Amino acid sequence: MQSRKRLPTAAWHWLLVLPFVGLLWVPFYNRREPALAGFPYFYWYQFAWIGLSAGLTAVVYFATRDQDR
Amino acid sequence: MTHPNAIALVVFGAFFGLVTVLGFVAARWRRGDLDQLDEWGLAGRRFGTIVTWFLLGGDLYTAYTFVAVPAFVFGAGAIGFFAVPYTVITYPFVFVVMPRLWSVAHKRGYITGADFVRERFDSPALALAIALTGIVATMPYIALQLVGIQVVLGAMGVGGSGYLADLPLIIAFVILAAYTYQSGLRAPALIAVVKDAIIYITVIAAIVVIPAKLGGYAKIFAAVPAQKLILAAPKANDLGQYSAYPSLAFGSALALFLYPHSITGLLSSSGRAVIRRNTAMMPAYSFLLALIAMLGYMALAAGVDKNPAYADGFRRFGPNFAVPALFLSSFPAWFAGFSFAAVAIGALVPAAIMSIAAANLFTRNIYKEYLRPACSPKEESTVAKLLSLIVKFGALAFIVFSPQKYAIQLQLLGGVWILQTLPSIVIGLYTRWLHRWGLLAGWAVGMTLGTWMAHELQFKGNVYPLHVGGLTVPGYAALWALIANLAVAGALSVILPRLGFARGSDATLKEDYAPTG
Repeated sequence: MQSRKRLPTAAWHWLLVLPFVGLLWVPFYNRREPALAGFPYFYWYQFAWIGLSAGLTAVVYFATRDQDR
Repeated sequence: MTHPNAIALVVFGAFFGLVTVLGFVAARWRRGDLDQLDEWGLAGRRFGTIVTWFLLGGDLYTAYTFVAVPAFVFGAGAIGFFAVPYTVITYPFVFVVMPRLWSVAHKRGYITGADFVRERFDSPALALAIALTGIVATMPYIALQLVGIQVVLGAMGVGGSGYLADLPLIIAFVILAAYTYQSGLRAPALIAVVKDAIIYITVIAAIVVIPAKLGGYAKIFAAVPAQKLILAAPKANDLGQYSAYPSLAFGSALALFLYPHSITGLLSSSGRAVIRRNTAMMPAYSFLLALIAMLGYMALAAGVDKNPAYADGFRRFGPNFAVPALFLSSFPAWFAGFSFAAVAIGALVPAAIMSIAAANLFTRNIYKEYLRPACSPKEESTVAKLLSLIVKFGALAFIVFSPQKYAIQLQLLGGVWILQTLPSIVIGLYTRWLHRWGLLAGWAVGMTLGTWMAHELQFKGNVYPLHVGGLTVPGYAALWALIANLAVAGALSVILPRLGFARGSDATLKEDYAPTG
């Protein structure tokens, strides 16, 4: 729990909860419409989260980078 | 496909030969003393960001990705897409938790998760349970890799009948076993680079060429039966796929980095920053996985299951034959051979890492702990090398004696078991509040309940319908077992200290978990 001393790190980590919420609550995306480039919503929504989640992780990494030294 | 396809086979053989040579040459790469376990089994903990990215990619994106997931999508539809949320949410979890494990392992010289548990909880018994779970859970996962190799060999018409049917598979595995023995973790790390190159070429070709032939993605999705295209809506008294889908994704995501081979991949990196950087970069593979999952629908749209030329393949391998049949019907023979090499090598790399990881566990936590405490480092690494052979042949037996309709069930079964180590390893990284005997009892309950559920499902599925009041909640058996595991561990952690059971002493220090100062 030593990260508690550095509150900012723990605060940044909360961003990483978003992919869990976005992907584990099925009613958010279990639909066909609107389709995108032939992909039903169910598929392109989850495809989009791959990039979003990677982006969020990168943001948190750069924001808390000093932790690694 | 009764006649061997000569051109495909020649191309396949050439690539297979190339990686075999690389496997043996790898012993000289970043040379170290291979008679030391952390040189053979962790390649000296010197892998940087790039090599770790390739190694983890080779480690985690396996025949599961190339054969099992598209086969599940092909046969079962939207539910098979759970692999995408699974491989997305696992990385934020790893980002937060696993740098702590790397730090403490680096400072105290741990090679396995069980090493950590032993010192953290002062409990050889708990460490033994963790080590055994790792070895047992790895077997069906290696078996899944074998299914991948078996299917592409079958697609090229290799293999006779009876005992001969498995001979090519056995030959491929003997080669793998030989270079793993020789070079340790360096072999799969080096081969992973080649593997990724040919897999990216195959997948890019597949997602460009095949949809063009089939008339675009809208046409492909139109070929999917409407009730399979999205998840079935819940009924009044049954959540159905609405609980099954996220529970498979969540349970698999938590389980992934508890596997011995994932921990081996993490610990072989040169620092915690390497791990954190990689969790932002690994989703590139998840994107690939999502594209490959689409191959299941392309196989449906192409109607390969109705093509008499592939009837024999589907009869022998079931839905697992969907992707090979799609490649055969869409690509010229030489490129089909190339893509089959991609699948086979994509299965060999993780199989090598998994057997190394299981060997590390046995040697460190069973052999040295219980059988030969005084063994020398050289003896330790020799035992690990031998055990890597035994584990592979154990997996071979798994596949020969227990055929599965969906290969993905093998991986999910492994997940049921490995997830039961989460309280000791992950919660243990943060607190010692859970009592060692509570953890052991919780583990025993979780393992028993998870295995019983899998048995109730006749080892053909891993989604167990739990009845809560009047409501049926189908969910991944691994999660149900974990909940029972945590409940028992928590309750006993309250009771046992009051009855005078000691917690034992913690060999790790608070600073061990923090970045190097």
